[in-house]
Amino acid sequence: MPTRSRRRRTPRKRTAPPSLAKVATGIEGFDEVTGGGLPQGRPTLICGGPGCGKTLFGLEFLIRGAAQGERGVFVTFEETEEDLIKNVRSLGYDLTDLVKRKLLAIEYVRIERSEIEETGEYDLEALFIRLDDALRSIGARRIVLDTIESIFAGLTNTGVLRAELRRLFAWLRERGITAIITGERGIDTLTRQGLEEYVSDCVILLDHRVNDQISTRRLRIVKYRGSSHGTNEYPFLIDQRGMAVLPITSLQLLHTATSERISTGIPWLDEMFGGKGYFRASSVLISGAAGTAKTSIAAHFMDAACRRGERALCFQFEESPAQYTRNMRSIGLDLDGWVRKGLLRIHAARPTLYGLEFHLATMHRDVDEVKPTVVVVDPLSSFTGGTFGEVNSMVMRLIDFLKGRNVTGVFTHLIPGSGVANEVEIGVSSLMDTWLLLRNTPPGQQGGRHLSILKSRGMPHSAETRSFRLTDEGAVVDGEGTARPARRMRP
Amino acid sequence: MKKIVKKKTARRPNAKEWILRLYVAGHSARSAAALRNLQGICDRHLAGRYTIEVIDLLKQPRLARGDQIVALPTLVRRLPPPVKKIIGDLSDEDRVLVGLDLRRRPRREGTPA
Repeated sequence: MPTRSRRRRTPRKRTAPPSLAKVATGIEGFDEVTGGGLPQGRPTLICGGPGCGKTLFGLEFLIRGAAQGERGVFVTFEETEEDLIKNVRSLGYDLTDLVKRKLLAIEYVRIERSEIEETGEYDLEALFIRLDDALRSIGARRIVLDTIESIFAGLTNTGVLRAELRRLFAWLRERGITAIITGERGIDTLTRQGLEEYVSDCVILLDHRVNDQISTRRLRIVKYRGSSHGTNEYPFLIDQRGMAVLPITSLQLLHTATSERISTGIPWLDEMFGGKGYFRASSVLISGAAGTAKTSIAAHFMDAACRRGERALCFQFEESPAQYTRNMRSIGLDLDGWVRKGLLRIHAARPTLYGLEFHLATMHRDVDEVKPTVVVVDPLSSFTGGTFGEVNSMVMRLIDFLKGRNVTGVFTHLIPGSGVANEVEIGVSSLMDTWLLLRNTPPGQQGGRHLSILKSRGMPHSAETRSFRLTDEGAVVDGEGTARPARRMRP
Repeated sequence: MKKIVKKKTARRPNAKEWILRLYVAGHSARSAAALRNLQGICDRHLAGRYTIEVIDLLKQPRLARGDQIVALPTLVRRLPPPVKKIIGDLSDEDRVLVGLDLRRRPRREGTPA
């Protein structure tokens, strides 16, 4: 059982902490995963291959620290100060401003082997003096050394270098500086020079993989001495809003369950749920073959939310927003109007554009930004890029996330084929509280579209199958519900 | 700027001027050895044509940035160009001479990658 230590809002000073004090990095999600951030006053090793985000992790740590008033020094061994500033400007960081405000100091350390001759004994005292000076110049409590291993490329006496590194980490620890040391991943080791041997308090591994041409970044806490931590690989992303780590799950199923009900937006459908609709903050799956009105049923639900004055957020993965709202206008829903009123946001993207993680992360951020009460994902089945397990875990995390924020989620799901067969096997259905099945009458037979409730946890619901039509006034039921008993279709 | 400047006046009219800067930290034995070794080498090979500046980084930490000093002691050949750095206590005279371009690099020695 992971026990979470309380997150410290105010960074504590150097008094020896009774339990392991942590410094919040401010990196979205990371502090949750580590139960508070990085070990205070100790070095942490961040390792990974080229381009895995080490430098950015370090920078984020300093930038977010600066936002909390904790100053930091960034020691770059690879890029010049100008290059560094230029490179991260594209991510929206203005380092020059932070430097000007004395919240950040950048120290560029260059060791050029070709112009150095080694004769006799030496140490790295000058490096210590420079770090000390940089730390003092702004009163910094944080430091990032990116990538200190470069000194091994510049100087040859590894015996001296190793001894000096050991001394350096001890020196930082002694001064209570929270440090991030980055290291390039080695072939069999976490870092090329085995830095993990020296920095043993906390080791974090970053990874950047490409599967099926879709890239995913992952983070794993290899070691965190004196603290419990998640051992999973956590996906993270880097975009123009910085870095965010997605906790696989805070899946302790602790959501408070509300018994509040909200309308589906369709009177006869509400009726099937005892006249009240879905539970608020529940998850609803609408599955059906192509053209069975999944999108329309979901749109009705958003429309109803907007009518109540609540905000709705729609992730549309098949149509552009314009096309989507035009199509919904044909069934009498003026989604454009809600968009203009600021009650509805439609986020359209090609599902294959990014990896699952990226989608999930964008969803997280959009939800946090829009603060909707209702979210529609249309359709969930677009995410076939990943393996079954990946999709499943993503949906689980999404549902979990939405529930945690008291948001009702409606997910449509396309059943391949004509939909006549009973193949409604969907891995994610067990995660859903309510499951609607939509079917079309097979071609050549009388009758229209049919809806049945396969399950709805915790509430009485109709077992019948209702037939309905899509009209310019929305989804309208054909007279009374057909008396046909609903077939039990269990996956 | 507090510098210990030792200057040997250049007597030969067409002699090149050598400006050498030695970075040290405090008065450690190693610093002293480096300075002693350097003076010996200069007297033997650059007599009358050199200037040595000694910079104590404990007193002037900021100066380490300009010359990109990491290790101590470090000898920097400021003039003639190009800038050369020799680190260590300068106890290996042959290598110091190679580093200062006063002697060609011996062929036997593995050249750094």
